[in-house]
Amino acid sequence: MPRRELLGLGALAVLLVVVLPVCNVAPPETAFHVSNFTLNLFGKFLTYAILALGLDLLWGYAGVLSLGHGVFFGLGAYAMGMHLMLEIGTKSVYQTALPDFMVWNRVTELPFFWKPFHHAWFALLAIVAVPAIVAMVFGFLAFRSRIRGVYFSIITQAFALCAWLIFNRNEMNLGGTNGLADFKTIFGFPLGRPSTQRGLYVVTALTLVGAYVLCRWITRSRAGKVLVAIRDSETRVLFSGYSPVNYKLFVFVVSAALAGVAGALYAPQVGIITPARIGVLPSIEMVVWVAAGGRGTLLGAVLGAFGVNWIQSWLTTSYPDLWLLFLGALFMGVVLFFPDGVLGAAQRLVGRLSRLSPRARTTPPLPSDEPQKINQSA
Amino acid sequence: MSRVLVVLTIAWLVAPATGHAQSPAAPALAAALADLAGTDAGRREAAVTTLGKTGDSKWLAFLAALREGSVYARKPGGRLEVVVGGTKSTRGDQDVIEIFAAYDRTPLGTVPLGDLTEVAADRVLRLVIKPFLDADETRVQLRDPDPSVRGGAAVKLGNQADAGAVPVVEEALQKEPDRWVRQALAEALAMIRLAHGDGSARVAAATALGNLHAQNALPALRRVAADPGAGAPERAAAATAIRQIERWNLLGTSLETLFQGASLASILLLMALGLAIVFGLMGVINMAHGELMALGAYSTFVVQNWFRAAAPQWLDAYFLVALPISFLVAAAVGVILERGVIRRLYGRPLETLLLTWGASLIIQQALRLWFGAANVDVASPRWLSGGLPVMVGLTLPWNRLFIIGLAAVCVAVMYWLLFRTDAGLRIRAVTQNRAMSACLGVRAGAVDALTFAIGAGLAGLAGSALTQIGNVGPSLGQNYIVDSFMVVVTGGVGKLAGTLLAAAGIGELNKVIEPALGAVFAKVAILVAVMLFLQRRPAGLFAAKGRNAEA
Repeated sequence: MPRRELLGLGALAVLLVVVLPVCNVAPPETAFHVSNFTLNLFGKFLTYAILALGLDLLWGYAGVLSLGHGVFFGLGAYAMGMHLMLEIGTKSVYQTALPDFMVWNRVTELPFFWKPFHHAWFALLAIVAVPAIVAMVFGFLAFRSRIRGVYFSIITQAFALCAWLIFNRNEMNLGGTNGLADFKTIFGFPLGRPSTQRGLYVVTALTLVGAYVLCRWITRSRAGKVLVAIRDSETRVLFSGYSPVNYKLFVFVVSAALAGVAGALYAPQVGIITPARIGVLPSIEMVVWVAAGGRGTLLGAVLGAFGVNWIQSWLTTSYPDLWLLFLGALFMGVVLFFPDGVLGAAQRLVGRLSRLSPRARTTPPLPSDEPQKINQSA
Repeated sequence: MSRVLVVLTIAWLVAPATGHAQSPAAPALAAALADLAGTDAGRREAAVTTLGKTGDSKWLAFLAALREGSVYARKPGGRLEVVVGGTKSTRGDQDVIEIFAAYDRTPLGTVPLGDLTEVAADRVLRLVIKPFLDADETRVQLRDPDPSVRGGAAVKLGNQADAGAVPVVEEALQKEPDRWVRQALAEALAMIRLAHGDGSARVAAATALGNLHAQNALPALRRVAADPGAGAPERAAAATAIRQIERWNLLGTSLETLFQGASLASILLLMALGLAIVFGLMGVINMAHGELMALGAYSTFVVQNWFRAAAPQWLDAYFLVALPISFLVAAAVGVILERGVIRRLYGRPLETLLLTWGASLIIQQALRLWFGAANVDVASPRWLSGGLPVMVGLTLPWNRLFIIGLAAVCVAVMYWLLFRTDAGLRIRAVTQNRAMSACLGVRAGAVDALTFAIGAGLAGLAGSALTQIGNVGPSLGQNYIVDSFMVVVTGGVGKLAGTLLAAAGIGELNKVIEPALGAVFAKVAILVAVMLFLQRRPAGLFAAKGRNAEA
């Protein structure tokens, strides 16, 4: 990793992992105090940033646009949520060992797929394994039959729609439309206590740093080079003796697992997970975080996830009607005027001002979709 | 065969004219009137029943007046007389009222209100009156000029199974010109006989119901089949009839499922046609296609409101005006999108996808802000309500037939446009090789705009058609867009036949598995099916062949 990126990244990591929690502990009178609410909000944004990293790896580097990442996020969140629901035990409203919504639905016995979630280790394993396995099966079928480009995006969108429909069903014993909520404790720590939330925040921030390092390591490796090559011309990679299917499948699975981890950190911090976070709209919203921040840069994905969600939390409380209009305008504006995102625009600006040579750029050049001619679109 | 059976059954039903209700003699009626003016609740009810059973429209009118509280009693010279009151007015310092004779309504002059005592109908009495008036209403409906009203009345009479209705039904059956109303009347007659006849008549009635495939008679037949009091031949006949009807029902529901699949396929086809030609031509997936559809639906709504406000007498014709307007509105928005933004992104399909998704969000939210988040009400014109009866128990709704017809016309027009006109030739040329066409003097930009307009317009038409069978709300497009994409992906790019086949396949598959798996898992099953299908044929049903096809 170049020295400059390492330094900048280290500073950011220290800010997120150390400074913010310390400011949270600081007495409320002091100027630099960070309220519990703000810290919690940041924790949520950080989980989004983890997911955005995975999505950027997939889209920005391998050129595979997934419109179904909300599903993997949801799978991780539900896996965590199921464990938290079982941890409530008999302290629930109806004081039975069953989660409350099952009592409403007249379920008398815990469904078989809930049982292993009593064990924390199983839940922690499922957070990574379930999204990864689903992604592997889906990705294998899709990439093997050379579904690519917009075809792949469309199929993943249908996948998100189906998952959303399924999770909404009460018969699935996953809480239906209301999802899983009212968690009490996590691994024994009460969730209502600020110190637990602070701990969760630190874990999330550390995970984000870890995820960044992992993604950076992948993009710097030989495999990362192949991924970029696949993005730029899949056919040429194929003719050069590589199997694009395996590379794409690998990055798809990694990205799904990251989304799952993000979801698992999301559920205890926000306190609820519903199918509304899985559907078509949230899944494509995740793409715009990456697009707005600047894809193919990793850092851009993190910044985009932060920025867009910050604006969202402000707009949805102040001008709820405007949020979707803004989101639509953001989609169009980013694609038309900032194809390499805020980060790219900033770099261009800096470059123009100081007339730096392009070599000073630390990130790969602007990714474009496969430079296929329109007539070749398959 | 089945028609012969129906004719025979009707002949049998008409032949014996039994059970005429005899009119009670005049003295009994006079006594009833006297009872009515009395205070004994039981005798008053009996009196109403006596009057009602005459079935005489004049006595029924009297009962209606009684229910409304405008019947009075007076005793001129000690003899009780029941009269019907009319308009009240004031003469000098006293209230007066016009009165009429109870039966034939001869005017009896105007008398002071104080000379009369009101014959009030309490709740119990009104309840006794109601069935007589309702039955009378049903009989009047049997003479209605509208066949659907007559049919409804016949079904009602059959369900009531009132023995007194037999002569009325028989009379109607002889005069009835409409085949389907005759069927309903024959069913009604058989049901009445099943309820009231003796052993052999019931066997015959049950057999007749079986031959008529009388859906409505199933509960009654089941009762007979399970009734230990009924004779063995009756039970056997009922059981046979039940089997016969159920077999027929199975056929009916299968055909209905196929038909519903066809109508869903038509909607998908209208949507996917536009998507597919645009995708084939420009490699652009238009995520805002569903919103263009919603625009078409809202245009229909607006046109309907214009008609309602400006020309209510032509309201039924609004839909004919709305169809082209929906096409034009959606096409105009489509052209603005294409010329304004999509044009700048040629060759970058994934970015176009995000761009059009953004456009879809904006259109959707704008519709929500303008028309409100709630569904709006679009009424079907009268000529699209009701349906075409094809067989007993299966009526194909006109609105769905219309949509299937519209889709067929659109496919035919598209075929003609693409393969028989100069513009179509240019579209196909640019689809095959954009650069070469441009070199040869085809204005590729104009072709793109034209194609996009046509595709968007087709979405508008689909939206307009959809108002006749579904709800119109801001998120209308979302419900169909994913399915339409599945059609495009399955059908292959830029092939009319592929889109047609894929739409038919997905529409039918959806409706066929829906009853078994439910709507949600039917959708999941279709996604799985599409994924597996693409394993075999990655580029869809009809892949482009040759050097241009990227393997």
